[in-house]
Formats: sequence, structure tokens, C-alpha cells
Amino acid sequence: MTYFTEANARTAAEVIANYPRPRSAIIPLLHLAQEQEGWVTRDAMVEIAELTGATPAEILGTGSFYEMFKFHPVGRYVVNVCTNISCQLLGGEELLHHVEESLGVHAGGTTDDGMFTVEDVECVAACTEAPCFTVNYRYFHRADPDTFDAVVDDLRSGRSPLARGAQGDDGHVPAHGTLGRLRQHVPDDRRAGVVSPEEAGEAPVWLRPAPATAGDSDG
Amino acid sequence: MAEPTTVHPAGMDYVPHAAGFVANEGPKLLTSRFPYEDSYTLDRALATGAYVGLKSALGRAPDDVHAEVREATLLGRGGAGFPAGVKWGFCPEGVWPRYLVVNGDESEPGTYKDRLLMERDPHQLIEGCLIACYALGLSQCFLYVRGEMALAQERLATALNDAYAAGYVGRNVCDTDFSVDITLHWGAGAYIVGEETALIESLEGNRGMPRLKPPYFPAAIGLYGKPTIVNNVETLANLPWILEHGAAAYKGHGSEASPGTRLFAISGHVVRPGVYEVEQGVTTFRDLFYGDNFCRGIRDGNDLKAFIPGGASAPWFFEEQLDLPLEARDVGAAGSMLGSGAMVVMDHTTDIVKACLRVVRFFARESCGKCSPCREGTSWEEKILERILDGHGRPADLDLLLDIGENISPGPYPVAAHGSEGLDAVSFPPRQTTICPLGPSSVAPITSALRRFRSEFEARITRRDSLSVQAAPVAEGAPA
Repeated sequence: MTYFTEANARTAAEVIANYPRPRSAIIPLLHLAQEQEGWVTRDAMVEIAELTGATPAEILGTGSFYEMFKFHPVGRYVVNVCTNISCQLLGGEELLHHVEESLGVHAGGTTDDGMFTVEDVECVAACTEAPCFTVNYRYFHRADPDTFDAVVDDLRSGRSPLARGAQGDDGHVPAHGTLGRLRQHVPDDRRAGVVSPEEAGEAPVWLRPAPATAGDSDG
Repeated sequence: MAEPTTVHPAGMDYVPHAAGFVANEGPKLLTSRFPYEDSYTLDRALATGAYVGLKSALGRAPDDVHAEVREATLLGRGGAGFPAGVKWGFCPEGVWPRYLVVNGDESEPGTYKDRLLMERDPHQLIEGCLIACYALGLSQCFLYVRGEMALAQERLATALNDAYAAGYVGRNVCDTDFSVDITLHWGAGAYIVGEETALIESLEGNRGMPRLKPPYFPAAIGLYGKPTIVNNVETLANLPWILEHGAAAYKGHGSEASPGTRLFAISGHVVRPGVYEVEQGVTTFRDLFYGDNFCRGIRDGNDLKAFIPGGASAPWFFEEQLDLPLEARDVGAAGSMLGSGAMVVMDHTTDIVKACLRVVRFFARESCGKCSPCREGTSWEEKILERILDGHGRPADLDLLLDIGENISPGPYPVAAHGSEGLDAVSFPPRQTTICPLGPSSVAPITSALRRFRSEFEARITRRDSLSVQAAPVAEGAPA
């Protein structure tokens, strides 16, 4: 039995091929598993172990170190409220309090309808735009309780809240697990080629005798 | 919009949905493309000089390019401020392959610049990576982006796909014999991974725990045991400008010791918080916080109580340090660091015990657990501060806090001078009983706050009724 869907299995193979050693793909594949199901299941870990030459315990060992990986089901939307120093100074804790009160769950909890999981998180690099929160890692800057209520309202009614979000991000908010709505894809004819540490032969070609000459072409 | 709430204090220059970057007056080496709405696209990048620096580099010998960067005295922008050109020179001769790992795991509280650089100008970063790979003969580049930065990942993925298709990345870059792949890699949420050996562990598929030193630089033994250059996003983003305009022009900005510009994120209680591109050395903290070109003063005309000059790991500064220049050497001698270019300003209404606890809690939560002094010490610090804030502090707690700090960072801890008390500064950096600076960093807010505001801690301990755990700013007109 295989865990990954056919499309995701292809993606997984492509991801592994980007690295000199398959174990380097463990974190990207955990993201892929989470994209498929919203959280990381035991079956997913078993398959990632097979794909990367590790044991399932090693996959759990690595995965459990990182906060973004969930080993139990979470809401369709994970709301992260920053309460670190810059946000705290401007009301981040009060914003978290509002989020908890209005959704009826404490940080760490998920609403009964499976829509929202709330987390009290560390700095998310939006300090000058405090206080801020993210929904599935999409930013909402200089947020107040009204911003949050409107975002919840949008999501419950099936609308995208990103117009209220940080400048430049638009489109829809994918369900929890999907980070990028698109991926890096390297066409085979453009690939320089993975250089494995075992091949440690000599300096790369452009460092040998004559320096490279810049072409006039724009590429 | 809505009625004023407790969340938006009055007196701030409130821009809804703002994007962080403020276009102040001054030279723009890093953010020249930012004002364009489509700054992140290949079309806009090419129309505004992207990949010119790369082509200039490719027309020169790799050693020459390295020499130019060394000559520019480009200081690392990740926190330690080590000269990039010197770090590059630590690769052992004749050991191949070599790798480049880009540290885009920006997580230091207060820091907001690498996310902007990745979201707003991904091609500038890609160009910087290519220049580094060409100069040093690095065979593959891994762009490690913090997991939580979804938009940055999308923008970089698109930029890489476009740059590959246009021949700027991958096989035979710009029709030369220089070939390199840039692999976009997602992190998954761990502050400690910003430490370069932990970053490498994470990239190898492991828990992100720092490696034992020596070797001190992964340039000797890094990814897969091979020579590896780890550079911060902002450091690499400087390379296209340096290669296009030359080291001499670069040194025409900023000061002799710290040439060029830096992105500083100034957050907290200032009128116009934002990310500003600033000339180093020739600008002071006072210019940044009060200058019309920058943050325009403290909100509501309030008094400054304290500020963090370089991210949560930095010891705090106060009114009397305001006139220091943004110069690593001066700031270090005064007891702190410019670190990751993150300043957090606290006005006189700030509850210092609460602020101190919040910074300490961060380190307690993010300790990876490898070294006992940090694993145990940071959570002790958090517990003790919590009980003080809860009104259950014990008379010996303040000395106990300092004693725990002494176990993580022995000897006098870096701290700012306190003129009116006749206390001198202790210069940066701190010593450590741990293998990375995370644990010692947790001592910074404690020693800083206790030296200045000990009475505020003592008041919490002696007055059991001061249960101000929920010390939220109360909205005007709300019942007392």
C-alpha cells in the first residue's frame, strides 16, 4: 500500500532528485504529506522512511522537532497569533485573548467544527507591522479584533480574506498543509546536476585553467 | 475603519495592511526595486538592472570576484557581522565539492528584513547566490527559507522557475561554462535552525541542533562533511550591487569599518515603525527613532524607557546610548550588538517585568535541549519570572535569576553603562557554557532589566496584591 497519491509520488521523486542525499528530502516530504492530509500520519512517516532510506522512528524524530508538523488532525485553518516582544508591546496578547474568546478555544485547541486551530506563536518576522497573525501562514498585518472577526467571517462564508492581508498576497488561502500554491520545477534540460559529496573529484569546470567568458546573449 | 481599540495605540502612524518597507531618503543599494508593485517579477527585475552584476562577475576570474567582495568589507548581516569575504576564504584548498547554504530562516524576535528581501526582490537574492557560487566554485546552492514564509517561498519558486527558463540559473549560466542548481528548501519552524551548523543538520534531514565546535566554520566541514559557505539572505543580496558598481563605490556609503547600507527593522512604540535602508556608521539610534526621515519619535510624545538594539538576543540600551553610531565596534563596546538589525523601542508605559518575561520565554521555548545549562536554565528563568509577575515571587528570586544566568554565561554579562549609578558598560559578547549563543542570549533581558529597573521587580515581589498578569492597556472610557 502506498501513502502518497500518484501525483504526490511524482512530486516526491522530483524533490528527492534535488538533493545529493535522499535524507535531505525528509522535511520537504513531511510538508508534502501534510499537504495531502492536513497532518502527518503514521502511514506517511512509514512511506517517507522508505523513500529516504531512514526508519519511521527517525522520521518522527526529525519531524517532531519542528513546530509546523502536526501529528494529530488540526483545523482547516491554523491561526497563529504572535505574542512576542514587538507584538506584545502593541497588543498581541490582547489579540490572542480575543481570538480565543471569539472562537471558544484556548491556544493549542481546535474548534468543534474542525475549521480553526489557534496557536500562540513566536516571532513571525512582521515586527514593524505589529500586532499580526497568520492564517495557514498568510500574513495579516497591524491587526485588531475587527480584522480577525472579518477574516473568520470570510473563511466561514467561503470567501478569500487575503484582501485584508499583507500587501501583495492575493488569491485563496489553501487548506492547512499547503504552503506554496506552486513549486519550484527544474526542467531536465536546464538542470546543472546534483553534485554528490562522494564524487569529490576536482574543482568545478569554471575554476579550471581559463576563466569563463560572459556571453553577450541575454540567456 | 473600526473604533479605536486597545490594540492600536493612539499616536501611531497607522497604515492598514502595510507592507513594512518605508521608502526613506538615502542611498538604495538593496531596496531600489521595492517601490514597484511588480518588483518580484523577472520582467521588472531585468528592466531595472538585474543580473548585470552577475554578468560582470562572469567576465572576470572567480578569484577576482572573491577579491572584490573581500575588498568591499561586506559584513555578514545575519547577526555576528563577520566579513563575508574573509569567511569565504576559509574553504580548505583542494577539497571538493563545496556547497552554498543560504540562511533564510529569519526568526530572531524583532527582525523583519530577509522576508521582505525574498518577497519583494527574489531575483536580487538569486543573483547574489550565483555570484557567490561562481567566485568560490560552489557546486550547488540550497536556499533554506523559513517554513512559515509561504509568500516568500512562492515568490522564490516563481523567480527560480523564470530564471532557469531564461538561462540565468542551471546549466551553462548566461552561456558560460558556469553551471549551478539552486534548490529551494523549506524549513518547518525552529528558531535554532538559524544557527549555521543547526541549519546544516536540518538540511541533512535531522533535528536542528547545533554541532559541537570546532570546527568553528562550516567552510571547513559543513553540509555532508564538505566545505560549505553559509550566508544570510541580506548578505548575499548585497553582491549584485557590489559586482555592478565595485568595492570602491560600495565603500563610498556608510563608514570605513561598516561600509554600505543595512536594513533595520524598527518596531514597538515609535510613530512610524518600519523597515528602513540605512547607511551604517554615520547614522545614530537617535536619528532612527526621532528623525523625520525615519521613525519620527516615540508615540504620543512619550519618554523612551528602553530599547533593544539588535534583536531579542541583544542586551538592552537606554536614553544614554541614543547617540551611539550604528557601528558594530561602538555598540559592542557599549555592551550590546547590532545583531540582526532589529530594534524594539519601549516607551515609559512598558511593563518591564512582562517584557523581560516575554523575551526569556522565547528562548525557553526555542532551546533545542542539547546543552544542559540552556535546556534547564532557560526554563528556570521563565518559571521564576512568571511567578514574580504572578505575585508569588520570593525575596531570593532576583539573585537566583542572576545565578542561573551565571551558569549559562559565566563572568560579567554584557550590559550598558548606567551613568547615574556610576556603573560601567561590560562589552559584548558574553561567554558561554553552551555550544551556541541561544542560552546566553536569554540572560540579556534579565541582566539589562535588573540593572536598570530592579525596583520594578522588587515591587512585584513585596506587593503580593499587584496581580497585573493581565496588565492590558485599558481602552479609554472602559470601566476601571
